[in-house]
Amino acid sequence: MNEKLLEFDIAIVGAGPASIAAACAASENGKTVVMLETSPWFGGQLWRSEFPRAKTRQAIKWFTHLSETSAKAFLNTTVIDAPAENTLLAETSDGNLRVKYDKLILATGTREIFLPFPGWTLPNVYGAGAMQALAKADWPVEGKRIAVAGSGPLLFAVAANLRIRGATIVLTAEQTDLMSFLKFGMKLPLLAPSKILQAIKYQSRLIGVTYKTSCWPVEAYGSEQLESVMFTNGKRNWKVDCDYLACAFGLTANLELPRLLGCKINHDAVFVDDFQQTSLKGVYCAGELTGIGGIDSALTEGQIAGLAAAGKMKQAKKLRRTRRRYNKFEKAMAKGFALRRELLKLADDETIICRCEDVTAGQLREFDDWKSAKLQTRCGMGPCQGRICGCAVKEMFGWENLSIRPPVYPAKMKNLE
Amino acid sequence: MSDNVQITINGKTASVTPLTVVATALACEGVTRFRRSVTGEPRTPLCGMGVCFECRVTINGQPNSRSCQVLCEDGMEIVTDE
Ligand SMILES: Cc1cc2nc3c(=O)[nH]c(=O)nc-3n(C[C@H](O)[C@H](O)[C@H](O)COP(=O)(O)OP(=O)(O)OC[C@H]3O[C@@H](n4cnc5c(N)ncnc54)[C@H](O)[C@@H]3O)c2cc1C
Ligand code: FES
Repeated sequence: MNEKLLEFDIAIVGAGPASIAAACAASENGKTVVMLETSPWFGGQLWRSEFPRAKTRQAIKWFTHLSETSAKAFLNTTVIDAPAENTLLAETSDGNLRVKYDKLILATGTREIFLPFPGWTLPNVYGAGAMQALAKADWPVEGKRIAVAGSGPLLFAVAANLRIRGATIVLTAEQTDLMSFLKFGMKLPLLAPSKILQAIKYQSRLIGVTYKTSCWPVEAYGSEQLESVMFTNGKRNWKVDCDYLACAFGLTANLELPRLLGCKINHDAVFVDDFQQTSLKGVYCAGELTGIGGIDSALTEGQIAGLAAAGKMKQAKKLRRTRRRYNKFEKAMAKGFALRRELLKLADDETIICRCEDVTAGQLREFDDWKSAKLQTRCGMGPCQGRICGCAVKEMFGWENLSIRPPVYPAKMKNLE
Repeated sequence: MSDNVQITINGKTASVTPLTVVATALACEGVTRFRRSVTGEPRTPLCGMGVCFECRVTINGQPNSRSCQVLCEDGMEIVTDE
């Protein structure tokens, strides 16, 4: 196989907001920097639809800033292994890339949490952020009746964006209760004032759309594709007709790479010091990997990691206060949108948990741990490598997959079943 | 538009704007199932970001390609599990 070797002072995994901020900070301070990004675009989950032409103020600022630096980037390049000290192995469409580095910054971001309920595998049931990302990439949503459900402030953004694109939002269902929701809202002025303006903007676009707290989907119906969804408020169930369901129960960090490297992980987030350094010397983490906090937190942490990796500790120190505020925001968000227990009991025996291998909840209930369930049912052994069912089995059965083996993404050349 | 790219979806020609994501092109052309699961269920994209592998199709002869992570190119041949 064709393999290229490259050497840089600093390697960054990902090209999302945190990575871009890190790359700018490090290369401005004289370091050679490379970014490795699996997707064909810059900007990560939030800005990818703005590549190559940024439209929002923040994205324009950072894309321009990055283009003025000497940082190199490889798109369509998936980091799959860390085969030797200070070395990453990445896969591209024409062979492998071996990258040697002095310092490493991981900013692999998040994915959505899915909790299985009967019918969740039907065509036209999407993730919430996923539906938004697809719509921004011109997925046909105009004229569609869409139910938005799950948890987190992201639901507002999703519903507002879909509505602007001509969809009818039939319901926005937030699982958390009104009290927790209001308590979270009251902390915004102190912890994330910029979010208030954003919230007002979304609200004005959602006038007339029903937003319910303590409300969640219990079953999706349809023969070949989605036709309706049964919702509940814990006391009463009612059916809502819709074309699409956009549903996710929050975000969870993509911890595969930090785990493979052996970084210490605390409560589903990579443990970092004041300079974003992990428990491994010379390995930094930034963005959603260290706690789900949104764009502003990702940018600040990226800058700190870039500066610290370039040895500019004094400059990095100046940003610590801002970062601490965002950390408090992360905690407030986790508390405000904690998942209710009822959600973990939605799957019946026939509900598929592992979508790659079509393993049902009934099959899994026969086992005591994931290892034996995996061996007997192949749950989590398909191409997604447990990225989707892993969250579900962790929440439902308390099983956690801590042993990660390379490749952390299935290598393209291998034939997937 | 003159700078559109031409692709084929299950043998049928379609014209899309450059930088269109393959998954979007499929949905716009009315594809309602991207793949069949191991037990034969129809599936469409779930995560939209390359992690769930539900949007797998065959692109230029390469099976199991994630359509949400690939941009359309002129002459691209896409085959779904219809
Ligand atoms: C679907 C979705 C929608 C969201 N919408 C919003 C929103 O509207 N507003 C908001 O404030 N926040 C939103 N978020 C949260 C959002 O993730 C952050 O605000 C912001 O994008 C975080 O930046 P980041 O750089 O930490 O991570 P990301 O933006 O997730 O970037 C991580 C990058 O790393 C890449 N990557 C991962 N693994 C590898 C690998 N092994 N090799 C190479 N590259 C890799 C990914 O492809 C990705 O581009 C959303 C999240 C998701 C999942
Ligand atoms: S939709 Fe999940 S990988 Fe494409």
